[in-house]
Amino acid sequence: MIEYIRLDTLDLVLAGLLLLINGGLSLWLRLGLERHLAVAALRMVVQLLAVALVLRVLFATVSPWLTAGVALAMILFAGREIAARQARGFTGWWSYGLGVSCMAMAAVAVTLFALTTQIQADPWYHPQFAIPLLGMVLGNTMTGIALGLDSLTSGVGRERAAIEAQLALGATRFQALRPLMRDALRSALMPTINAMAAAGLVHLPGMMTGQILAGMEPVEASKYQILIMFLIAGGTGLGAVAAVFGGALRLTDERHRLRPDRLVKGR
Amino acid sequence: MLRVDHLAVLGLEPVSFEVGDGACLAVRGPSGSGKSLLLRAIADLDPNGGEVELDGLRRSDLPAPQWRERVCYLATDSGWWGETVADHVRDWQAIAGELEALGLPESCRDWPVSQLSTGERQRLALLRALAIAPRVLLLDEPTSALDTAATAAVEKLIAARRADGLIVIWVTHDGEQAQRVASRRLLVENGAVKPQ
Repeated sequence: MIEYIRLDTLDLVLAGLLLLINGGLSLWLRLGLERHLAVAALRMVVQLLAVALVLRVLFATVSPWLTAGVALAMILFAGREIAARQARGFTGWWSYGLGVSCMAMAAVAVTLFALTTQIQADPWYHPQFAIPLLGMVLGNTMTGIALGLDSLTSGVGRERAAIEAQLALGATRFQALRPLMRDALRSALMPTINAMAAAGLVHLPGMMTGQILAGMEPVEASKYQILIMFLIAGGTGLGAVAAVFGGALRLTDERHRLRPDRLVKGR
Repeated sequence: MLRVDHLAVLGLEPVSFEVGDGACLAVRGPSGSGKSLLLRAIADLDPNGGEVELDGLRRSDLPAPQWRERVCYLATDSGWWGETVADHVRDWQAIAGELEALGLPESCRDWPVSQLSTGERQRLALLRALAIAPRVLLLDEPTSALDTAATAAVEKLIAARRADGLIVIWVTHDGEQAQRVASRRLLVENGAVKPQ
């Protein structure tokens, strides 16, 4: 492994000057983006430094309970993201519960699988591996589930007459919702499929770039990236299938009726 | 025979009535009075209470899809989910003889749904419902987009099916049509359902 080059504060300030240029352009072109840029940049710096400090404590203690607590907090935050990204979400507890439970199930299962069989750190729950791995799987599973559920719920509003026409002719709820569920799963999985197809050709994935910058041998870094891509695809697939099926069950009832009343009114 | 027993749906008082084999019951009432709700409740498409029986068979004893194959609801605005007309018809042979009666050519099975006129949609939606051979047909203004000749053709087609025992409940705004097609009439007004 080659030694990595440490960055000091001045390096970050120099890179941050690029944002000042963006802000200046926004003012000059009257895009009105300068405030958003500044807030987003500030949030990014504070959040990343805070996470780094939390990780430093976690790595120093290697406590299974602290690691599990941080993992739980990550899952709950991601669940809020899923609920917030729905144009027409479910009413009540379901808006949060469905996304978060499917995401937690898929991401935790995939991460545990990787930690115990492929990474095999000592101990297996070592936060240096568990937290970044869960973070990457969780982030992508979250996006997949959010896209899938949004496609499903907006499709029900748009295709209500077609769905009910099929139900009226004796279709079961899954027969009537099949085209919508297929579209929802395509929406959920397409970003992951695109990312896999374009990896290495269009761009170097972030994690691999990071490892190369940190001095890792490129072939070793690519192996890690391949592992992560498989985990992401697995987690997103499992989570999206569970969420879309769960969503389809919630949008219908045991008498195979469509239940758009279980969605909040369009915002 | 179709027996509706204390059928209760949000917005309507509980209602009970019977329709015999081959009979047609017309349902009238102002817009928004709940006529469609009544038909949808009989087909079990919305949450509802009470019981409905067909030929002594209770609705609650049947899986809902099997109930709806026997008791088929036809909405005013039909929904379409496939590319061509043929994608929507389960048994084309069952309706092949009736296309001409409704002024549609045999080739209409290959027509793209997106190019159908409102009247064509309405006639084809009726035919696709007849293609599953229901015992009861719940018609929600099935001729609202049709001219006089096409309306007469639909009424004649339904009458022929009734002669074979089909039970029909027909929602219509047209008082004359209600007189023509039905022997009994219900009035839905202010959430109440009463004989007329």
